[in-house]
Amino acid sequence: MPRAEPIVDMTPAIELRATRRAFGSVVALDSVSLTIAPGEFFALLGPSGSGKTTCLRLIAGFDQPDSGTILLDGEDVTNTPPFARNVNTVFQDYALFPHMTVAENVAYGLRVRGVAAAERARQASEMLDLVRLGEFGARRPHQLSGGQRQRVALARALINRPKVLLLDEPLGALDLKLREEMQAELKGLQQRLGITFVFVTHDQGEALSMADRVAVFSQGCIEQLDTPRELYNRPQTAFVASFVGSANVVGRAAAQVLTGRNFAFAIRPELIDILASGEPAADGYVQCAGEVVDVLYHGASSRLRVKIDGQTTLAVARAEIAGSGVEGLTTGARVSLAWRPEHAVPLQY
Amino acid sequence: MPSEQPRRPSWERPSLFTRAMAAAGLVFLHAPVWVITLYAFTTEDRTYQFPPPGLTLHWFDVALARNDIWESMRLSLLVASAATLLAIILGTLAAFALARRTFSGKESITLLFVLPIALPGILTGLALLAGIRTVGLEPGFWTIVAGHATFCLVIVYNNVVARLRRIPPNWVEASMDLGARGHQTFRYVLLPQIATALLAGGMLAFALSFDEIIVTLFTAGHERTLPIWFYSELFRPRERPVTNVVAVVVILVTLVPILLAYYLTRPDEQSQGN
Repeated sequence: MPRAEPIVDMTPAIELRATRRAFGSVVALDSVSLTIAPGEFFALLGPSGSGKTTCLRLIAGFDQPDSGTILLDGEDVTNTPPFARNVNTVFQDYALFPHMTVAENVAYGLRVRGVAAAERARQASEMLDLVRLGEFGARRPHQLSGGQRQRVALARALINRPKVLLLDEPLGALDLKLREEMQAELKGLQQRLGITFVFVTHDQGEALSMADRVAVFSQGCIEQLDTPRELYNRPQTAFVASFVGSANVVGRAAAQVLTGRNFAFAIRPELIDILASGEPAADGYVQCAGEVVDVLYHGASSRLRVKIDGQTTLAVARAEIAGSGVEGLTTGARVSLAWRPEHAVPLQY
Repeated sequence: MPSEQPRRPSWERPSLFTRAMAAAGLVFLHAPVWVITLYAFTTEDRTYQFPPPGLTLHWFDVALARNDIWESMRLSLLVASAATLLAIILGTLAAFALARRTFSGKESITLLFVLPIALPGILTGLALLAGIRTVGLEPGFWTIVAGHATFCLVIVYNNVVARLRRIPPNWVEASMDLGARGHQTFRYVLLPQIATALLAGGMLAFALSFDEIIVTLFTAGHERTLPIWFYSELFRPRERPVTNVVAVVVILVTLVPILLAYYLTRPDEQSQGN
């Protein structure tokens, strides 16, 4: 079971305490505190410029915070250079060395540590087997496909047996099908090796499907830190609601009219029912009427936008099955919407 | 290597006039080299009359027997080697310092590095001579080397800086991340990448130093490099073809590194592709 909070009496694999980093007048990371447990698969999720990559670079040691402390395995590494940290990184564009063979790339971490050539070769081929590239050791990186290079980068980062593996947008450069395969592969690898994985992504689907816990970044701060399920079902802020679940965010004024309570809330598109004309909503449902702005057909489902007042437009997703109320609806049609009040998630801001 | 060039449409093919002008340009550049070579074999030793009255290998014997030629040749090779080595070390260091970092005064420092190549040689020479005199040094081998290094350094610096800017910064990060210290990152990741730039820059620097005369005149003292030897030889009334013989030797000797550099730096998919 994924857990919302790490186990308390275990030394955290990574701890950030009030870490701040500014570039000139731009505050990339604003006093962020974060605790990641050993063996966790942790996602830093956010749009570009939200501070997630800065956070990863601080953990790797490529950058130093202006203030705050970074601990790895309980040890203060704030001023420790990258080569002295037991952390390895898989770069977004893999950063493989083009003048070395695949096997030499993988063995690089051992080479700079003075491991003998024969032992290096043995461990490198073991690592290549682990990522199913046993045959490719003698090739050059440019002779491999994107997915294969990605796995070389993984093998290279894992050969030093790090306590923590950092992955910067690890699947960003891959096409959709390969990305889904690699998601499963990464997840499996992490469970087999049992080491802490921290990955940066802007793709909420990737974060939700792979991570044990997700920190959602916005404007240099963590908006919410939770399990994927909690994030999706219980977003705390309007930003998380719209970024993670593509939920509808209903502001205070509109909420007052709809529910009689002065409290902003989020409601997910697939939890809004469309009522057949004249049909009354079931007991206790929140109900409203509106005009269809547009309809997008997605095959298994359709997505409508319904304008319910001057400011508020709700997205509604319905399965394309009989009785879902979506057939025959076109722009301009009048519809009645309803949802269960407990599906509306109150937001802090 | 492309095995077959696709035929280009007629409007993209050069006209007869363009081809003729290109050929004329090439002849203009290369004909003097052939003339010099031809007169190394002439039987006439006072004037360059055309066509030569006869051909002989006699001047090669004469040249071989003259020690001053080989002394100058040896000096020029030593000076060029020392200046190139100095330029490679200092130019590479400067390039690493200035390639990526930004700091106040960086532009001024870059300009100071590049200036010697733009400055007229006569100014560099004069300034160096004044400087050498002021500190009480005797002009000689090392003052020539120092003079040549001022402009050789620029060549190496420019080549290495251009290459370094093309190296993605995260290669260095990846290397550090995997546990490499600074000198290991340099040795295993950066040096293989800048090696061809060093080779090309070094060869060019060597060539510039080998035939430099203006700065050398000021800094050489009593030493006589090959260009100075050529220059003084022009005023001798007899045995003129000896200078041509030496020129031919120089041409042959410089051809080797040029061909080598061409061979080593030609685009190669094995090392360039990524």
